[in-house]
Amino acid sequence: MPGGGGELQVVGRPLPKVDAVAKVTGRTVYADDVVLPRTLHCKLLRSPHPHARVLAIDADGARRLPGVHAVITGADLPVAYGILPVTQDEHALEPSKVRFVGDPVAAVAAVDEETAQAALDHIVVEYEVLGPVMSIEAALRAPVDEPIQDYGGPANIHKLVGLEFGDVDEGFARAEVVREDLFFYEGNTHLPIEQHASTAAAVDGRVTLWSSTQTPHYVHRALSRVLGLPMAQIRVIATPHGGGFGGKSDPFAHEIVVCKLAMMTGRPVRCTLTREEVFYAHRGRHPVLMSVRLGATRDGAITALHMRTALDGGAYGSYGVASTFYTGALQTTTYAIPAYRFEGCRVFTNKAPCGPKRGHGTPQPRFALELALDKLAEDLGMDPVSLRQRNFTRPFTRTVNWLRITSCGLEECTRRVVEASSYHTRPRRPGHGMGFAVSSYLSGAGTAIYWNRMPHSECQVTIDRGGVTVFSGATDIGQGSDSVLATIVAEELGLQPGAIRLVTADTDLTPVDLGSYSSRVTFMAGNAVLQAARRARALLVEAVAAAMGCAPQEVVVAQGRVGDRSFEAAAALAEERLGVVSASGSYTPPDLTGPYKGAGVGPSPAYSYSAAVVEVEADPRTGVVAVQRVWLAHDVGRAINPQLVVGQVEGGVYMALGEALLEEQVYRKGLHKWPSMLEYKSLTALDMPPIETFLVETLDPEGPYGAKEAGQGPLLPVVPALASAVHDALGVWVDEVPVTPEKVLRALTDRARGGAGRVGPRTFPAIPYPACIKVAPPDAATATV
Amino acid sequence: MVNETATAGEVRVVRLRVNGELRSALAPVHATLLEVLREQLGLTGTKHGCELGECGACTVLVDGRPQLSCLALPVQVEGREITTIEGMAVGPDLHPLQRSFVETGAVQCGYCTPGMLLTAAALLEEQPHPSRAEVEAALAGNLCRCTGYVKIVDAVLLAADRAGTGRMPDGPVDGAGA
Amino acid sequence: MLRLPRFSYRRPASAREAAAMVAEDPEQTLLLAGGTDLLPKLKRRQLAARVLVDVRHLAELAGIRPGPAGAVEVGGGVTLAAAAGDRTLVGALPGYATAAGQVSSPPLREAGTIGGNLCVDTRCNYYDMGEEWRRAIGYCLKKDGVQCLVAPGSSRCWAVSSSDTAPMAIALQGVVVLVGPDGERELPVADLYRDDGIDYLAKRPHEVVARLRLPAPPGRRSAYVKLRRRGSIDFPIAGAAVALDLDGPAIVSARIVLSAVGSSPVEAVAAEAFLTGRRWDEETVLEGARLAAGPAKPLDNADGSHFWRKRMVRVVVEQALRAAAPVPAVSVAGTAGAT
Repeated sequence: MPGGGGELQVVGRPLPKVDAVAKVTGRTVYADDVVLPRTLHCKLLRSPHPHARVLAIDADGARRLPGVHAVITGADLPVAYGILPVTQDEHALEPSKVRFVGDPVAAVAAVDEETAQAALDHIVVEYEVLGPVMSIEAALRAPVDEPIQDYGGPANIHKLVGLEFGDVDEGFARAEVVREDLFFYEGNTHLPIEQHASTAAAVDGRVTLWSSTQTPHYVHRALSRVLGLPMAQIRVIATPHGGGFGGKSDPFAHEIVVCKLAMMTGRPVRCTLTREEVFYAHRGRHPVLMSVRLGATRDGAITALHMRTALDGGAYGSYGVASTFYTGALQTTTYAIPAYRFEGCRVFTNKAPCGPKRGHGTPQPRFALELALDKLAEDLGMDPVSLRQRNFTRPFTRTVNWLRITSCGLEECTRRVVEASSYHTRPRRPGHGMGFAVSSYLSGAGTAIYWNRMPHSECQVTIDRGGVTVFSGATDIGQGSDSVLATIVAEELGLQPGAIRLVTADTDLTPVDLGSYSSRVTFMAGNAVLQAARRARALLVEAVAAAMGCAPQEVVVAQGRVGDRSFEAAAALAEERLGVVSASGSYTPPDLTGPYKGAGVGPSPAYSYSAAVVEVEADPRTGVVAVQRVWLAHDVGRAINPQLVVGQVEGGVYMALGEALLEEQVYRKGLHKWPSMLEYKSLTALDMPPIETFLVETLDPEGPYGAKEAGQGPLLPVVPALASAVHDALGVWVDEVPVTPEKVLRALTDRARGGAGRVGPRTFPAIPYPACIKVAPPDAATATV
Repeated sequence: MVNETATAGEVRVVRLRVNGELRSALAPVHATLLEVLREQLGLTGTKHGCELGECGACTVLVDGRPQLSCLALPVQVEGREITTIEGMAVGPDLHPLQRSFVETGAVQCGYCTPGMLLTAAALLEEQPHPSRAEVEAALAGNLCRCTGYVKIVDAVLLAADRAGTGRMPDGPVDGAGA
Repeated sequence: MLRLPRFSYRRPASAREAAAMVAEDPEQTLLLAGGTDLLPKLKRRQLAARVLVDVRHLAELAGIRPGPAGAVEVGGGVTLAAAAGDRTLVGALPGYATAAGQVSSPPLREAGTIGGNLCVDTRCNYYDMGEEWRRAIGYCLKKDGVQCLVAPGSSRCWAVSSSDTAPMAIALQGVVVLVGPDGERELPVADLYRDDGIDYLAKRPHEVVARLRLPAPPGRRSAYVKLRRRGSIDFPIAGAAVALDLDGPAIVSARIVLSAVGSSPVEAVAAEAFLTGRRWDEETVLEGARLAAGPAKPLDNADGSHFWRKRMVRVVVEQALRAAAPVPAVSVAGTAGAT
């Protein structure tokens, strides 16, 4: 078991990030800061139509302009790609059809950005406009002209899922209370402050790409496929990130285009998206319409859950199949639901494609489930906290959908926030309210994006007379993964993190790591470097033990010393014996998939847990909700660096409040309604409430030193807790995200007119879900682990 | 960049006083201060997130006051003292705010950080002992998507507190690699 | 990176010279002060200019000083930040200082000017977008199009006047001093605006707002309340400027001007008439606010729906009235409720 042994020296300490000084002095080189001599600048021509056939493109006018070096169209990049093997439906430049306003069709490389931009006006594209599909409801109807994609169906349905675990009908039959509620979660986007940027250079048949990507390995694969080059001739360097949040996890058109243009022109080519284009790149939160049917006994035991989801996927597949499964996967990791039916549907619409944003596919159903539980608690006359506690998933069990639960800090997280907020003794006055919710998230997906048996994280540690170097493909997107990896290696070698040199996220130099997504880096890359560091330490220890004439287990590695000598002397000694001291490490998650098709989404080697209380003042006259304070407890297993974990919690709470209150990626007349930072509202420093964070350490048996994830989970409970707090304050339900002042007012108006005092979806469309695959739950023998 | 096509616009030599050094650049008059700093003078520490004045990432100081470099013309700031993030530290010594940002974990992705730091520096110059609310108000034009602002505000208050009590620690920042 | 189009830059030695430079080719020349409205609009090709005439540096546009008859004169080139923090303004005309301090965000207030905010372009979320977006949606009446996209049947442009300081300057009966090539003229701020989203300013394009004169008779009370989604950055969803003269409990004069409810600042005439001569009490304030909200007709072209913005006007007026002068407490039933 990792993490055994004596007192930890650096793990658990709130040390500054290893890259912080570079960042505060402006020295960090982000993608748009990469400056190569003779660089050409690339601009993409994007579709002005939400849905149209591309009949002809005449780029001669652009090619003739002084300063233009190349113009390419779909014909130059004919190979399709996509992040998931099952949905290879994108082209860097769409050759025959555009599917949303902003879909790229041509690209220019010119001597400067101004010239490239001007050249776009000289490319003539002939379109045949097709009827746009702009909503889930419209996507379910027979298309006016033709479906958006040539796969999937019927209508514009992309993916249909039906799974049933245990006997759901029996569960509802024995329920004493059954209720069904509808919810809607509007789409929103990552809005990293850094706009996506890439520079490519091609020399002697080899291409190098510097890019703000979270997933250099997947970009590497996509480039190889589309450019027709072996992976060994392509180098992808993920530059330090100016914000990811999931939005830089797909291979993007501009990344492929700059490589192609660099190969064609023999000069480096750069493309930096404008803010408006970042909204079109998107891959953000899916809008999801949801139905939650819950059955329970009078004393609050859940007997069955039937969850239906409809995701508005936008124009392409992206991570959408996974997103669809995720809207049904993690309900059971917080509640021991004995019988569970999940029906999911993703549709194509003529909008920028949706994908993974912090919490990937799970914030929407979490919002729905938690509010549904609040309503059930009201029906039962139960305290909403007690109702949840009655049903909490227990540690070291297996859920009805076969997810293996190991450490689980739900009880402790709940206790911490409920006590700290005085939730049960809160003042009861109109306009003041508190809401409570819990959640859970993965510490890395148990399966890779593409099926293979290889490790998910690989790394190398070398030690020579110059010091220690870690080579890891992991990408620091601001979350501090470099610091975590350095801390783990430092801990094992008895050094300080600042002494560890890091080489990361460069496919020429670093072993494969699947990327910074699904909260996998601390757990998976962390386990890989832990293994490598221990192996390297063993080599040092062996050398020193031989010199000291003692057994290796007598050699203490701590505080810059190995046995009787300094670390440097030990390194030199080992180098004398072995040459360079080199050790590799890798991590492959255990096979945790259940015995059914679709079981690949949901399993993780460990789940984090969160609980939140949100306190609001809600003004019945304006509908304005002012968040007073948020208490959030997060079971992170072990905080390798508590300062970084608290930072992740605070950032998660911030992003959740933005989604809960005002962020909306919405469309009007076929276009993104407001692709700007002024109109797409992101909270300012003046809008943030105080946050009280509690870290709960459950020491997961498989995490490095017991650690689990922190980057995504803490966002999840905040959104429902806020909506619940509004209900507590004003007595109305806003069953829709964002909870805008207008919706609060409409709900109050509804109540004043004798209605239910609710705003939210009123009907759920008829969706041709397939017959559910019936899966027997784990039996008693496998139900505990 | 001045090149074969951009020269069609009006080009001027601009003389800027940046981080205490007199720098000159040949630039089109329609190139913003942001573009000249980053592309002509190589000062890429100044970031950009919208180029429309909506995010604050490109904030620099002009005569000690925060200005958005994406909406400033170099010709308008000739003869004035421009400070970018590269000019905040004195040699290898971090500015007290840079130090407090590092220590409190106010830096995550780091992209809003230069603008935040310079804005905070202008605040502390004017108001050495701001309240939490005053810090939040001063930073309200600089968007951050990572931190929720909590540790950024903490860092500004820590720097202010240290300046007031003279409790500035010596030596390199503990544990951080440069 | 979004970049500016090409232009020539001219730096006049005086406001008169600036006006003369613009007058040479008014179609292709624009005045540049703080640049916070102009430069983004040039980048998005909402505005076009061959020449920019910079007035930012002109000494005659600088400074806040006493004017005739106890008035305060604010230079057109004074930054919003300087006005918001000016001791004289904060003391004598707090509503104005508040309005200046509520414009946009801290860094933009360091650049944006008093003159610029009086002349700030009208806004509409069919217009305040990039060139490609506007082309894709088919351009609107205000720029390059033939049809208003928020009210397609309409022959006029409904872009929204979104200045925070203009309503306050009108409520305070301010006067602008405009400089043309041949000299100065004065115009009440109230007459500076036209109810048209495109042709929203009554001043000639070349005229420079040299200064704003704000009467400050002793005892004048003023307040500005702005509603927006976030604590900073945003334009008003609704704004209410109130200027009030009280004689004991009697209202000698009351002026209420609204922001963001039409293509120009909208004076709440009926409410003003109602308030004048009445007693300053709870009932009067509530009725005044109700009457003020009457003429506001927000459209769905700004942040927040028409449903919500319409309801909020009354709230901000009421808040502004209370902020201008404390209202003696009386018990009034039924003041709560959303509608």
